[in-house]
Amino acid sequence: MKKIYHNSVGVGKYTGLVLISPFIVGFVVFILYPFVCSFVTGLTNYDNIHQPEFIGFENYRNMFSDSDFRKSVGVTFRYTAFFVPLKIIVSLFTALLLSLEIKGMGIFRTSFYIPSVLGANLAVVIMWQYLFTSDGLVNQFLEIIGLSPISWYGNPEYSIFIIILLRLWEFGSTMIIFLTALRDIPKEYYDAAKVDGCGKVKSFFLITLPLLKNVIFMNVVLQTIAGLQEFNAPYMITEGGPLKSTYTVGMLVYDEMFRYYNAGYANAVSWVLFVLTAVVIFIMFMLSGKLREEMQ
Amino acid sequence: MKKIPVYLILTITALIMLYPLLWLIGASFKSNGEIYGSVWFMPENFDFEVYINAWKTNTGYTMGHYFLNTFAVIIPKTVFAVISSVLVAYGFARFDFPLKKFFFAMLMGGMFMPAIVTVMPMYMLWGKLGFLDSYIPLTVPSLFACEGMFVFMLIQFFKGLPKELDEASRIDGCGTFRTLFYVLLPCIKPAVISVAVFNFLWTMNDFLNPLIFINSTEKYTLSLALRTSVDSTGQGYEECKVIAMSVIGLIPSVAVFAVAQKKFISGITVGGLS
Repeated sequence: MKKIYHNSVGVGKYTGLVLISPFIVGFVVFILYPFVCSFVTGLTNYDNIHQPEFIGFENYRNMFSDSDFRKSVGVTFRYTAFFVPLKIIVSLFTALLLSLEIKGMGIFRTSFYIPSVLGANLAVVIMWQYLFTSDGLVNQFLEIIGLSPISWYGNPEYSIFIIILLRLWEFGSTMIIFLTALRDIPKEYYDAAKVDGCGKVKSFFLITLPLLKNVIFMNVVLQTIAGLQEFNAPYMITEGGPLKSTYTVGMLVYDEMFRYYNAGYANAVSWVLFVLTAVVIFIMFMLSGKLREEMQ
Repeated sequence: MKKIPVYLILTITALIMLYPLLWLIGASFKSNGEIYGSVWFMPENFDFEVYINAWKTNTGYTMGHYFLNTFAVIIPKTVFAVISSVLVAYGFARFDFPLKKFFFAMLMGGMFMPAIVTVMPMYMLWGKLGFLDSYIPLTVPSLFACEGMFVFMLIQFFKGLPKELDEASRIDGCGTFRTLFYVLLPCIKPAVISVAVFNFLWTMNDFLNPLIFINSTEKYTLSLALRTSVDSTGQGYEECKVIAMSVIGLIPSVAVFAVAQKKFISGITVGGLS
């Protein structure tokens, strides 16, 4: 049977294809090509100058014995596992407060949103670097409230928190998405819950949370991708140190490619990063699917 | 009365969020001793000479030069991104065509592709074509609707417009493009502005791409110039100057955000863009 295309009178079935043709070209050149090329380069020994030499899965085997690689995977996953839940909880909590129909909501929304607009700007990254120096603003505040100052840059236990706090500071964009989703929940649901004797906390768990499920999921996925790719902040603020405690996979890839000219190895690592990201997101999809079944 | 704790939490959070920025502006007028001596953001005195020095930079070019470089990237990039995203979104939202579902899946999949995977092969490709150390690798990809987020957001907006608009315009004799420009585009202006503003802010913030594709100081964008100044200044030396440079570097983003804020936030709230 021939497929029928539902278009306005006088519109052929290829008009749409012509309109999206920039995307098709862009997808092939800027996503598909790099994706394949990255894999192929990962199978070679290549310094970006001489002819690449095919070495099969040698680069992948080398990763297992590369202590920097193992360390960076650990750092990246620990970092992501810390900051994603924190960011989601803070964003959701603030969005809930802002949705309480309070006066001056616009001002609060803007103040929370501005950091995420500027957040990735290098100027802010520089500012962040200053805030955490040994006698910087953060330590000065800690002393004022009676805590002892922390050696943020010297202690491998704390250094990753400089980056986590920076990304947490940028929670505004996630918050706005939650805020929009909250506004779409019909008020009648809460009224009905009230009549049935549900308290605020109970109606949050029975109404709000189930209805926000998809939005929460989307935010978790977006933040996880961003977290696993983290590069700018450790590159600028901590340079991966101390003792490689903030050396993310992104930094390793950059160093191998542009500092040591191991293009083959760098591409292989970036491919592993891609596969790891895909696996993590796939697991999330499976888990959230199960969660959905249980809730129904 | 019940809401007082809520206000309290919100106000404290807002202060924590904004204080670092206030502090940054204050610190640009402070000596090193003052920066590390007090948490209060107000400097003892204002001496605007630090801004004159910061504007001159220690890289051999003024910040004005880097601003012009940055705009030489941002302006074509924004124009390209708006045109290509609108066309592609229009195609997805209003037309039925072969393999539509497949291409839409590609669009969504592309959004999840880590930049770190694609950036190295692109570096090698642009290198082979001889375009390294130029703005071509930074701007040309925008011609091809590469930012899936923008397309996705515009699709949501197009879908919010009644299809009768298109039908009516067709009956009046408008073709595919005239329908888009004269009938649909005026209706989705806030979304188009959001795309432009986001593109501006993201490009302003972009560090990885200029870092990889641009080598010569003469062509540095603002973020690269800032990094060079930090590196060459080092800790504990004339910190107010680097801080003043950072403040100057933030002005365009803050200005654009302030001007476009209202339309821009309505754009995000409808489109669900982060």
